[in-house]
Amino acid sequence: MYTFSSRLKTTAIAFMIIGALGIAYGFITAPSTIEDLKEQMLHAEDGHGAATASHDAVAANHDTDAGHANEEHTKEALHTANDGAAHGDEDAHGVSEEEHLQHSLDQAKNRPWAAIYIAMLFFLLLSVCAFVYYCIQRASTAGWSPVLFRVMEGVSAYIVPGSIIVLVFLIASSVGHANHMFAWMYTSVDPTAANYDYAMETKGWWLNIPFWLIRAVIYVLIWIGFKHFIIKNSRLQDEATDLKHYNKNFTLSVVFLVVFLVTELFMAFDWLMAIDHHWFSQLYSFYVFASMFVSGITVITFVTIYLRAKGFLPNVNDYHIHDLGKYMFAFSIFWTYLFFAQFMLQWYANIPEETAYFYPRLIGNYQPLFIGMIVMNFAFPILVLMNSDYKKVPWFVVIAGLVILAGHYLDLFLMVSPGTVGNDWHFGLPEMGGILFFAGLFIYVVFNALTKAPLHPKGNPLIKESEIFHH
Amino acid sequence: MSSKVIHALYDDDDVLLKAVKEVKAAHHHIEEIYTPFPVHGLDKAMGLEPTRLGITAFMYGLTGLGFAVWFLNFIMIQDWPQNIGGKPSFSFAENMPAFVPVMFEMTVFFAAHLMVITFYMRSKIWPFREAENPDPRTTDDHFLMEVAVDGDADQLASLLKGTGAVEINVKEKH
Repeated sequence: MYTFSSRLKTTAIAFMIIGALGIAYGFITAPSTIEDLKEQMLHAEDGHGAATASHDAVAANHDTDAGHANEEHTKEALHTANDGAAHGDEDAHGVSEEEHLQHSLDQAKNRPWAAIYIAMLFFLLLSVCAFVYYCIQRASTAGWSPVLFRVMEGVSAYIVPGSIIVLVFLIASSVGHANHMFAWMYTSVDPTAANYDYAMETKGWWLNIPFWLIRAVIYVLIWIGFKHFIIKNSRLQDEATDLKHYNKNFTLSVVFLVVFLVTELFMAFDWLMAIDHHWFSQLYSFYVFASMFVSGITVITFVTIYLRAKGFLPNVNDYHIHDLGKYMFAFSIFWTYLFFAQFMLQWYANIPEETAYFYPRLIGNYQPLFIGMIVMNFAFPILVLMNSDYKKVPWFVVIAGLVILAGHYLDLFLMVSPGTVGNDWHFGLPEMGGILFFAGLFIYVVFNALTKAPLHPKGNPLIKESEIFHH
Repeated sequence: MSSKVIHALYDDDDVLLKAVKEVKAAHHHIEEIYTPFPVHGLDKAMGLEPTRLGITAFMYGLTGLGFAVWFLNFIMIQDWPQNIGGKPSFSFAENMPAFVPVMFEMTVFFAAHLMVITFYMRSKIWPFREAENPDPRTTDDHFLMEVAVDGDADQLASLLKGTGAVEINVKEKH
């Protein structure tokens, strides 16, 4: 049995406290009125350069009796594209300075919300994907992995608190009007209304608050339900004399994999793609899945390496680490494939409503993050994890994993930020606070769950094969 | 110079694998093993060095990638500049994403073909070459272990018999 070491517990709680302070700082310093915003922009001008400067340049365009000259027109159009969250009716010629400032204010107010949303989704989705990985092992009756099953079960324990937090966030954002992150909630299908949005005429039946929230609850219930029953069977199998629970888990896992892919498909549409509700990509959900799946496997590897170093997993050998490393390598490439398939087709097809999504990311203010993300998620893992000997060295795998995790956090940051906080992005205390808080909570929940059952699933019929596993 | 070898035939890969370990433990030199299909773990049991084919494949891949970069830069940017995806920048760096599929395919193409050719050359297989296979049954359902005779042939033969060989032939090798 594993006991939650007090040192790790203290670390987790310290993370949560420091993180909460960072989050609180974000909410306190967010501007609440246009005057606050103006003042902050004034200060920002002295401090950090390019991002704010270009922002002001566009703002200046509003002053000069908007857009007769072609040049101004283009800039304005780019600005609209850059915002991502642009409201459909926002005619380039008709935006007054006040409306522009109101829009900037909404974006600035979104920042602390976006910061915690990215972090909470990151940890929830990677824990769901770790559970998917676990179910794949069960559905394929893999012989190498049963010694790692309890680790995977531990990582998926975060699904319950993680989903509740996300649900609360979604309710606060929609019913509570706490933020302006989901621009479609503030649109109308009435052509005469000021907030008329042509896209909502066709998308409204799907993107409306009640249905959106009901779906969110359904996704979460499905994940929690399957997790509960599969793990319960896994525990019962430990003492069982027959294979009843094992066989039941096989069936449950197969069903879950199918159901999960459907829920994940719509989850990514609802929670992430709807942030830029004028844009659409059919590949998006699989791309999100690939990103979170590789993160989930990386976290499983981390927990395995940690527990093995502490001596709790005597049956895990270098070959198990090697195999996890192979999965990290393979799914980094899988992610790249999906990322690129989406990016290249949309960018070079050159259809305005599609390329608008990539403009702020590839050319605009997000460029360093976008390029950096590709290096971290593709170039680094492919070069570092290619050699089979390196994948057997735990500290080496940990370093590669840290870069992969940071890269996929950035990936999520790039999915959420351009459509919510707009061009003027920062990575500061609120964002770091978000990561720290949810990382602390994640560590606390996961390691607490690991103490609940023996780390060696001795009832699994394939456990012997897993113990003597070698290449 | 001629030397004696023993050809021991086996009809099961697990038996063969176990026999290899016993023969190695008795310090006999295994010249070669002929099998109808790749036997997992056989190279390790025989103590063969790991293949360097992977390293050559990596280098061939880099060659292919380099070729693709040169090739695309020449045809799409220099020789006849193209407007790619409505973004006429005429710069290789900015248009690079559009070329990735070709670069990828070229990398795979070079790596795969050159690796196969290297493998054939290294294994000395080329058209009209006569088979070195000592017994045609090794292409069907038998495994043949060729062991160099160093000392008493009968003793080695009985050792091989004990490991489960179904047939033992002593041959002169030239």
